[in-house]
Amino acid sequence: MDLNQYLEIFIEESLEHLQELNKSLLNLEENPSDIKTFNEIFRVAHTLKGMAGTMGFTGMTNLTHQMENVLDAIRNGKVTVDSDMIDTLFECLDYLSNSINTISGTGQESSSSTDTIIASLNGMLTRKAEIEVNDTVIREDAKENKIKFNQYDDNIIKKAIQQNLNVYKITVKLAKDCMLKSARAFIVFQTVERYAEIFKSEPKVEDIEDEKFENEFTIAIITKEPEAIIKKDLESISEILEVIFEKVEVSVEDSGADIIQGTIEEKEAFASTVEEKENGGDTQGKKTRMGKTVRVDIDRLDNLMNLVSELIIIKTRLEGVGNDSRNQDMTEAVENLERITTSLHDAVMKVRMVPVERVFNRFPRMVRDLSKNLSKDIILHMSGEETELDRTVIDEIGDPLIHLIRNCIDHGIEEKEERIKNNKPVNGTVNLRAYQDGNSVVIEVEDDGAGIDVEKIRRKAVERGMFSSSEANDLDEGSVIELLFKPGFSTADKVTDISGRGVGLDVVKTKIESLNGLVEVENSKGKGSRFIIRLPLTLAIIQALLVNIGEEKYAIPLNVIRDITVIEASTIRNVHGQDVVLNRDNVLPIVRLTKTLDVQNALSDNSNELTAVVVKKGEKNAAFIVDSLMGQQEIVIKTLGKFLSGIKNIAGATILGDGQVALIIDSNSII
Amino acid sequence: MQTAVVKRQFVIFKLENEEYGIDILRVKEIKEMMSITRVPKAAHFVRGVINLRGEVIPVIDLRKRFNLKEGKENESTRIIIVSVDDIIVGLIADYSSEVVEISSEAIEETPEGIGIIDQGYISGIGKVGKRLIILLDIVKVVTNPAV
Repeated sequence: MDLNQYLEIFIEESLEHLQELNKSLLNLEENPSDIKTFNEIFRVAHTLKGMAGTMGFTGMTNLTHQMENVLDAIRNGKVTVDSDMIDTLFECLDYLSNSINTISGTGQESSSSTDTIIASLNGMLTRKAEIEVNDTVIREDAKENKIKFNQYDDNIIKKAIQQNLNVYKITVKLAKDCMLKSARAFIVFQTVERYAEIFKSEPKVEDIEDEKFENEFTIAIITKEPEAIIKKDLESISEILEVIFEKVEVSVEDSGADIIQGTIEEKEAFASTVEEKENGGDTQGKKTRMGKTVRVDIDRLDNLMNLVSELIIIKTRLEGVGNDSRNQDMTEAVENLERITTSLHDAVMKVRMVPVERVFNRFPRMVRDLSKNLSKDIILHMSGEETELDRTVIDEIGDPLIHLIRNCIDHGIEEKEERIKNNKPVNGTVNLRAYQDGNSVVIEVEDDGAGIDVEKIRRKAVERGMFSSSEANDLDEGSVIELLFKPGFSTADKVTDISGRGVGLDVVKTKIESLNGLVEVENSKGKGSRFIIRLPLTLAIIQALLVNIGEEKYAIPLNVIRDITVIEASTIRNVHGQDVVLNRDNVLPIVRLTKTLDVQNALSDNSNELTAVVVKKGEKNAAFIVDSLMGQQEIVIKTLGKFLSGIKNIAGATILGDGQVALIIDSNSII
Repeated sequence: MQTAVVKRQFVIFKLENEEYGIDILRVKEIKEMMSITRVPKAAHFVRGVINLRGEVIPVIDLRKRFNLKEGKENESTRIIIVSVDDIIVGLIADYSSEVVEISSEAIEETPEGIGIIDQGYISGIGKVGKRLIILLDIVKVVTNPAV
């Protein structure tokens, strides 16, 4: 799959994360004991690792993984933070920034080695023994990062050698001033194909066609012909600087692959020194594809959206004036205005909407890589890619989804043997669904694995001293699962490359909630689990119910309202200091908004028939008592600003048709 | 050599018969009293929020901020919109009519026991003819925690 269309997002997001990392590291230097900053660094490193992994940038992935190891050691108190440590972490940051710069320039990861930094990171760990195992694995990974023969290739090579065919690796170097690199490469391919079969090339054939390579490329071939003939033919092509042949040998054991890698390694070291010198001038030659689109700063769109909102407010006001004046011309003009503002509003909204496909498309590759790493067979089903979401939301949900999918694959889906034992299909399935549900968009990540082991979480919670064992047993399943979203909580027995450090789910939750969304979990032991993310269609404009409380007006977002009902004051019971009422055979807590919001002179304080807006938060409900209902309206959400940022129970404000400000009730914080 | 005399302009307003000044560079505009929406659980001196051409702006009641006794609002009551860094707030004042120029020579350090408001909010006393004008340190007025 072509990942290039995500390269830009990757670069943008990485730069943002690196900036955060920089800030947090500076903070950490100031207060080495600050847990919050520390968690922040951990999160950034983790997120970067995930992103780089998805894009296939192994150097970055390895480095961030090692950073996490060190950070983990700090968190567990094995190592203390000192200035050396901070220096090293800054070195990592520098390396990462350089990588991103190189990537944004050339589309490829810089070839400079991570070994020295990783080595100094290791030096930071006093308890070496534990880490070393991990470490050697990483180093090997780092070496493998260019051409590698996978098992499939190895089989081909073995078979070819058994049939007495020759396997060669040919490195072709083009002249520095070669104008049409892809054309030359094409000729090389054609020439070679006359004698041999090409089974692998580095970079990939597609990339070579797009000229996404420096001045050399490597192909692996199987042939009957001797080396000399092919070499002679190749060297006769113009603008070819050098052709290097290397015979690939594979002993019957599969150690052959390692030998090849060894030799490639040496040559690459040589090649990279050449490359570094040439990097400067060559990048402009890169082809750029231009569609008929314009990239617009999201701020400008926000501004446009604000202006449209204001226009809508004025329009509502004009409607009022028009109705009063009973002037035919005026009424017609206002009606016309209304049509235009409505279409304008729709148009601006549409500009901001992007299909979730943009995020989803990076997942198949990720799932494939993960299933290989973990040697689990996993099928990813995706549906509803065309569902549209506001651009600001789309940009933010990538990371949370990566975390969830990784969790499903690593923790959720069992090992093959276990699946067979439990009469399940060997292939694990991950379903990724998106669909619109009223005014919100729902994204579900579902696996058919073992489900969440509630008992295990209870045990872990007790082990970590969060609860006594009797307290833990009293918790219902929902509250237990809720624990998974706490920072630093992980049930994984071992830390893998993919998950298990407990930085995942709390990031997911924080992120989704910052988008005014919700995360729910449905779990059925042995059958799998389902994470449900519910997001608002757009952040700027929502449908709301306007209510009167005393002389004041408040807005309640429609998407949290379950229903509206009338409650007789005499049916209210007081249980443990909480007013409740029986509603649809359920106990419904009563929230008197007059008290929560300190409203004076409210009618509902003394009346017997109470109007209640039943509001839901996940599985919980509560009845909000109001004086009267004013009706449903589309409202534009405005923040209360920095000066009033700590206000509880209020999610923001909106401007009504008459120009007055009404506050939006934050039901989540009230329930 | 003489030190250069710097002249600064101040927006003057009244509270309880005393005159106060705010550096004109901080003032964005002066509005007549308008309807204010109360914000529950905000600090006692926050009257609420107003709609300033589509933006929601918090409003501080200066009388409450300075612990003065409550006064009646009338046609001359004004909301002075000021900006401090990226925060924009309105300040409710009894009356506001003029802008005066005060040279730095005519500004004195705050003497003890002058005025009826907390010294912390005062940056100096300006003399204009016989009038004494209390110059507010608007940053302190606005940036102390409001919640």
